[in-house]
Amino acid sequence: MRTYALSLAAPVGAFVLTVIVSTLALLAFGSNPVEAYGDMLSHASKLETQVDILNRATPFYLSAVAAAIGFRMNLFNIGVEGQYLVAFLFAAQIGGLISLPQVLHILVIMLVAMAVGSLYAGLAGILKTARGVNEVISTIMLNSIAVGGLLAWLQQEWQAEQGEAFTSTTLGTNPIDESGLFPTINGLLEIFTRDIGQGKQLTGMLLIAILVGVLYNLLLNRTRFGFDLRASGINPFAARAGGIPPKRMVLAAMMLSGAVAGLIGVVELADRGKFPPDPIQGLGFQGIAVALLGRNNPGGMAFAALLFAFLDVSSGVLDSTGAASREIAVIMQGVVLLTAVVAYGVANRLRERDEASEAAEALLAEREVVPA
Amino acid sequence: MSAAIELTGITKRFPGVVANDDVNLTVEQGEIHAICGENGAGKSTLMKILYGMQGADEGTMKINGEVVDFTSPTDAIDCGIGMVHQHFMLADQLTVLENVILGAEPTLTGGRLDFKKAETHLREVADEYGLTVDVHQMIETLEVGERQRVEIIKVLYRGAEILILDEPTAVLVPQEVEALFENMRELKASGTTILFIDHKLDEVLKISDSITVLRHGKTVASLKNEGVTAHELAELMVGSELPTPATTSSTVTDEVALRLSGVTVLNEANRPVASNINLAIRKGEIVGIAGVEGNGQGDLVDAIIGTTQISSGTIELLGNDITYESVRKRREAGVAYVPEDRQHEGLLLSSPLWENAALGHQTQAPFGSNWWLNRDGARRQTEAIRQQFDVRTPNIDVAAHALSGGNQQKLIIGRELTSNPDVLIAAHPTRGIDVGAQAAVWDDIRAARRNGLATLLISADLDELIGLSDTIVVILRGEFVATLSPDEVTPRDLGAYMTGAALQNGGVA
Ligand SMILES: Nc1ncnc2c1ncn2[C@@H]1O[C@H](COP(=O)(O)OP(=O)(O)OP(=O)(O)O)[C@@H](O)[C@H]1O
Ligand SMILES: [Mg+2]
Repeated sequence: MRTYALSLAAPVGAFVLTVIVSTLALLAFGSNPVEAYGDMLSHASKLETQVDILNRATPFYLSAVAAAIGFRMNLFNIGVEGQYLVAFLFAAQIGGLISLPQVLHILVIMLVAMAVGSLYAGLAGILKTARGVNEVISTIMLNSIAVGGLLAWLQQEWQAEQGEAFTSTTLGTNPIDESGLFPTINGLLEIFTRDIGQGKQLTGMLLIAILVGVLYNLLLNRTRFGFDLRASGINPFAARAGGIPPKRMVLAAMMLSGAVAGLIGVVELADRGKFPPDPIQGLGFQGIAVALLGRNNPGGMAFAALLFAFLDVSSGVLDSTGAASREIAVIMQGVVLLTAVVAYGVANRLRERDEASEAAEALLAEREVVPA
Repeated sequence: MSAAIELTGITKRFPGVVANDDVNLTVEQGEIHAICGENGAGKSTLMKILYGMQGADEGTMKINGEVVDFTSPTDAIDCGIGMVHQHFMLADQLTVLENVILGAEPTLTGGRLDFKKAETHLREVADEYGLTVDVHQMIETLEVGERQRVEIIKVLYRGAEILILDEPTAVLVPQEVEALFENMRELKASGTTILFIDHKLDEVLKISDSITVLRHGKTVASLKNEGVTAHELAELMVGSELPTPATTSSTVTDEVALRLSGVTVLNEANRPVASNINLAIRKGEIVGIAGVEGNGQGDLVDAIIGTTQISSGTIELLGNDITYESVRKRREAGVAYVPEDRQHEGLLLSSPLWENAALGHQTQAPFGSNWWLNRDGARRQTEAIRQQFDVRTPNIDVAAHALSGGNQQKLIIGRELTSNPDVLIAAHPTRGIDVGAQAAVWDDIRAARRNGLATLLISADLDELIGLSDTIVVILRGEFVATLSPDEVTPRDLGAYMTGAALQNGGVA
């Protein structure tokens, strides 16, 4: 029971610390913390905001799982950002060219996104296995190729094509047919609540994200591949002596990570209906933070994704109420990351000491029963 | 004069075990003091407490008569205590010099490292105690024996006056042990106090002035090394007889299980580290390789396991060519492996025991299949290993790092032998295992041999090598230079062959 309480102590401790630090920050900026928190919470208590939070948490979570797959084997895939952008682009382009019945259309789009993300990440994998290039460097490079190269070039091309007449709504790939958009699931949520207003739509990819989390858990803990992945991360030498092929694992982990990253493209595509000239950026990096906070644990990352999404979305209201600057969310996200690391460390220590004294007590009891 | 070390009532608890239970220890100035005890008796834990790595839950420590309270090894080092661990703690990616000065870097003005001065000092220390190392070599390229030398130099470099050595001889061949003991005597003569752990009782009797025996975390005896016998010591430790490796009747068959033909292994610099090796091990046979660490036996093992590619020659397992097979294929085909360094190549230290038991066998029943990991099967098998091989642990869910060194080794032996292999590649299989458990492991290997296991045995323990092997080959600078019969060779002769002395003198008859 106490052990259970202790495992909760870490996230709670981190949370309390975060609140303290951000309160201080708010005070330092001359804002009223009570007012700011109040605004954020009351905003978040609205159903429509909650839909926004779930919509935001979905790509966060996918991004975190993608990063975590690499982290579990000490592989730092910093390239989720580039992978999902490229996957998004290809999925939108190909999805716009074909017309198929809905289920097939969506399936094709998902497969394309996953395959493209996977291949793009695989490039970094190949560079590492064949040339020994560190994956951090290669994925950062691939990110800038995707963002600074591909995206910038496309924007130019689109503008040139449309001459003077362009507007941001006409730019981008051709919109894809309705049948290719992953359906929204307002109905599912409305079973439990009132009707969702303000035209807000809950993304159906939420279900896919949950499925990905379940599969991730299954993969890591129940499959031979997952065991190999974890073993390679813990001790690559022992893993190799134990028959785990190091290069193949690097490639496999990288490509799997990229495939999950590709799914973020599907989330965005369902939202925007095409690859827009201004796709949302930074999801890949948020995912790394969420994975760190959630300690690569499927449940932990879900919690972390929701927390980050909550901070992102509910802080938006601060601009209109004027209680504080919405940048406070960024501070809180940073602080919660740091405090979590500390809190987890302390909780671990406490738990070990706890178990030790329990053992000693058990031993004493034993001795009293059987006198030496 | 007050005692160099005086520990009273030291108690240390870990989850599920009491590692030290009211331990008392007194070490006089300038003596060599041995600590003996079974695997898991609490020896390493006691030393780590003395070195400030772990805090005791209860008890007091006095160094040179002063009460001390260490919160980190830095405190201990400041008190003149140095420790060489059972499992080495060197940074693989740094050179010998960098490792030695790590944490004690001499600096020039402006904070730059004074490598010149460091190197000079290192050489002085190394020369003084006759410890030879190449100061610019990367640690990861060193063999276990060489790493130990670096560890000892590292401690002496910091000017330790009380030296703690945790199982220093486990990784050494007899000649090296002799050299180490000579160093220890020199250190003692210059006033250094030495505290060391050893499972080989004849060594303990040879070098120590006093002996403290631990059992189940308690001090059971503390005595002067006068008129004590190994037999008595063993009884104090485990309460049983001291086993000796006895040769048993041969079980060698005609069928070759593992055949190496013309195998050559090159290192990164394209120099042969094993050249033109021909070797056939038959079912039911144990072939022992004798050699000073670093003469190519490690590379040969890597080549057989498949972690190193050979540059020429062939390797056959039960008549099938496995030269180009992956490590996994080889292991699935029946090659078992006990690595020389259990923590480096054998264990996932932060993973539970049952996952460690699965490592290397995860594609096969009962641990798993090509797709799935069978947790229940793995756990059941781990329980079986734990019982059969007497792995002392509160349960199979603890992390491997919580096991004592000898129990980690027993777990590895257990997982490899229970996989019913055709070929066993065993590098120092009983390294760090106490005398009682050692006899049990030997019996297990012999039993497997009766059932047709072909074993390649590498051991620095020449008694073990002679006692277990059916044939002994001597490796020197990457070549097999002699084939000997264990019935006709003594450890002394073997030592002469290993260093090449016997060959120059035309052999020892
Ligand atoms: N970090 C740890 N966490 C939990 N248990 C531990 C830890 N370190 C040691 N133990 C336990 O404490 C006991 C004593 O271990 P220790 O390493 O001191 O034994 P030892 O006498 O050095 O044995 P060996 O001869 O096998 O090296 C063992 O039962 C071991 O499982
Ligand atoms: Mg030990």
